Amino acid sequence: MKIIKDIRDKIRPHFDKGARFGRFYRAWEAFDTFLFVPEKTTSQGSHIRDAVDMKRTMVYVIIALIPPLLFGIWNTGYQYYQAVGIDPAMLEAFSFGLIRVLPIIIVSYASGLAIEFLFAVVRDKEVNEGFLVTGMLVVLILPATVPLWMVAVANIFAVIIGKEIFGGTGMNIVNPALLSRAFILFGYPAYLSGEVYTYTRLQEGHQLVDGYSGVTPLSLVAEGKTEALPSDLSMFIGNMPGVIGETSFAAIMLGGLFLAITGVASWRIIISVFAGGIFMSWLFNIIALNEYMMIPIHQHLLLGAFAFGAVYMATDPVTAAQTRQGKYIYGFLIGVLTILIRVVNPGFPGGVMLAILMMNVFAPLIDYYVVEANIRRRMKRLKKANIIANESKP
Amino acid sequence: MSKTIRLRKGLNIPLKGEAEKILTNAGRSSTYAIKPPDFHGLVPRMLLQEGEEVKAGAPLFYNKHDERIIITSPVSGQYAGLVRGDKRRVLEVRLKPDAVDDYLDFGSADPKTLSRNKVKEKLLASGLWATIRQRPYSIIADPDDVPKSIFISAFDSAPLAPDLDFIINGHEALAFQTGLDALNRLTEGKVHLSINEPQTMNKTFTHASGVEIHRFSGPHPAGNVGIQIHHIDPVNSGDIVWYTDIQSVVIIGKLFEKGIYDSTKIIALTGSEVLKPRYWRIKQGASIEELMKNNLTTEDNSSLRFISGNVLTGSKISRKSYIGFYDSQVTVIPEGNKPEFMGWLSPKLNKYSASRTLFSYLTPWKKYRIDTNMHGGNRAFVISGQYEKVLPMDILPVQLIKAIMINDIEMMEKLGIYEVAPEDLALCEFVCTSKTEVQSIIKEGLDRLRKELS
Repeated sequence: MKIIKDIRDKIRPHFDKGARFGRFYRAWEAFDTFLFVPEKTTSQGSHIRDAVDMKRTMVYVIIALIPPLLFGIWNTGYQYYQAVGIDPAMLEAFSFGLIRVLPIIIVSYASGLAIEFLFAVVRDKEVNEGFLVTGMLVVLILPATVPLWMVAVANIFAVIIGKEIFGGTGMNIVNPALLSRAFILFGYPAYLSGEVYTYTRLQEGHQLVDGYSGVTPLSLVAEGKTEALPSDLSMFIGNMPGVIGETSFAAIMLGGLFLAITGVASWRIIISVFAGGIFMSWLFNIIALNEYMMIPIHQHLLLGAFAFGAVYMATDPVTAAQTRQGKYIYGFLIGVLTILIRVVNPGFPGGVMLAILMMNVFAPLIDYYVVEANIRRRMKRLKKANIIANESKP
Repeated sequence: MSKTIRLRKGLNIPLKGEAEKILTNAGRSSTYAIKPPDFHGLVPRMLLQEGEEVKAGAPLFYNKHDERIIITSPVSGQYAGLVRGDKRRVLEVRLKPDAVDDYLDFGSADPKTLSRNKVKEKLLASGLWATIRQRPYSIIADPDDVPKSIFISAFDSAPLAPDLDFIINGHEALAFQTGLDALNRLTEGKVHLSINEPQTMNKTFTHASGVEIHRFSGPHPAGNVGIQIHHIDPVNSGDIVWYTDIQSVVIIGKLFEKGIYDSTKIIALTGSEVLKPRYWRIKQGASIEELMKNNLTTEDNSSLRFISGNVLTGSKISRKSYIGFYDSQVTVIPEGNKPEFMGWLSPKLNKYSASRTLFSYLTPWKKYRIDTNMHGGNRAFVISGQYEKVLPMDILPVQLIKAIMINDIEMMEKLGIYEVAPEDLALCEFVCTSKTEVQSIIKEGLDRLRKELS
């Protein structure tokens, strides 16, 4: 500790404005504030400040992402062994998955970090912690078979187009991670649809089992094969094909619970996304024109990335509605739209991504009406006061 | 009795160093000072030559914008010069006190028998007009206005705030009622006195006459007069209400009872770095130097923050500086000028957060020694819903702040800027993850509006 501090004090002057490495001050600052909470004290306003800061908040989101990540790593291996007809040991499946997923994480962070530092140095602003979360989210919404160059492209796209052109974390309009996924989905559809969810580059001596199809349960339903769905329990646990982070309802709920209890994500949004989903599936159950409309409500919530979107994507505070009432409306509509897109347009099985992106765009509009309502209350009060004042005049 | 207004939103920050209920008379300070920056929007014009003798209640300076508003001397003695800051701004008007106060006589009178104009004149002449402030803007009231109503809060909910029940008793109770009578002459509307449920027990408050009593319950900022106005008789665009504090009411009462400006007030000396946090009876403008003698955890002044007022809204002063005009509390807390290793990751068991990202919410009984560290860097708005949890008003704080930032005057008015003062949003500033300077932004917005509309 003391040694680190001494080294820090020694290096520091070189990065001051005008010193030899002055132009890299922001990069230095990022490392420095990563190691130490700065000694900056309050100079105006409140003399004391809450001990929470943006770094800690972002780190909490990453902690919440650990359960789906760990499960996703295991599931990557498990699905492979299923495909070749082997029942793997827990550790075997996990280590197989780790070898595939770890490079994706590393590439994701390295590319995000590089871009973020570049922007910080060029624009002379503090490095935003947001990329720590975006970098992990991007990994979790891609299949394990994704080529590494594409991970880098996705991340760079997320940071630049999703965030930095608007001015950085806090200024962006749509969720950067989802935007990059949409970019890949429409730009390189071959990598994100069909049988990409399971590792099929076989190891020596392994052979695919007969009739193996690595399609996700969601595609099964879209094709009308509702009878081929996995059991509810296995959809709850998540040992089914899918993108890395989305499959396990249980793991996602664990993360969601953590986020809601610590208050990092808005429980209002999470709850209302589920409410919207339940409402829409119930409505389809009543209409019941085809197989897809008839699948039970609970299966809708277990399928695809519904839960992942509700917990980790819809709750991004920057792109969600900001007002309390707005959050309920925003979340509810995400739930409704997700099921609507899913059922009515089976061309896009992953309705949640599009639903959230769309509601991201509409969130300011929702807020606008909440704000207008507040303004109207104040106007009404003024009018009433004026009437009373006029009446009391002789 | 009116029904209790229950506020759920807000936050009581659990700080160490609450004042023990022991009252001591402080000795006379070697110097006293009035600090013109305490009076927001006032530009002082001096009325004295250095070395001139003044009696207690004699004018020191007047407001350049309104000559009727004068600030008078809290003690009798010698005018000992000015302390100026940047751009020659007057920071302190210093006085060297006599051993015993010699008061200027304003003549005693029963305010009930006086006309509104007579009451006003007396308050203006004695300098006590400055104790009455107005909303919007939190500036000294304009003598030409007739306020819709007058508000007084009989409890202070700020961190480590003095117990106002304890402060007012004995002969002060009589003066308090006289002061209320005087204020009653100033408005055609009502005088509203807000008390706390269940804490306010003092009969002086609960049985005050000629006023409407309101009960409030809930965490800070329930004791802020701005919050109370919002719930009792909100400030609409164009409205003006006045407010003052209970110790000023007592001082006004004494003016009418005895005909003198008796600037005695009681302050609470609080904070984790004070060895014996207690109540002190002082005169307005007293130096805190005496109170600090052998009473601090460390003699190293650079590691301590001295605050006149509470930790949320008070002003930073030095160890030898003076108590602010409107303050009834002095707080001493540690400076946080030391880096903290890996602070974003460590559990921070001894740190306090209103959020649940630290563990302090699991131990609600624990009190904390909070220092002045910012605990993080400044960021854009990211987390939403944080401010709303600590602001018990029907106001959208983030939207209001953004309207101020982009200088959208119409939007500021629509979103209710007239109803707030920086102090009402002080907790928003405390809890902010992005470390936004909320109070300065609100102040900036109000100043801009005031300039625009005058």
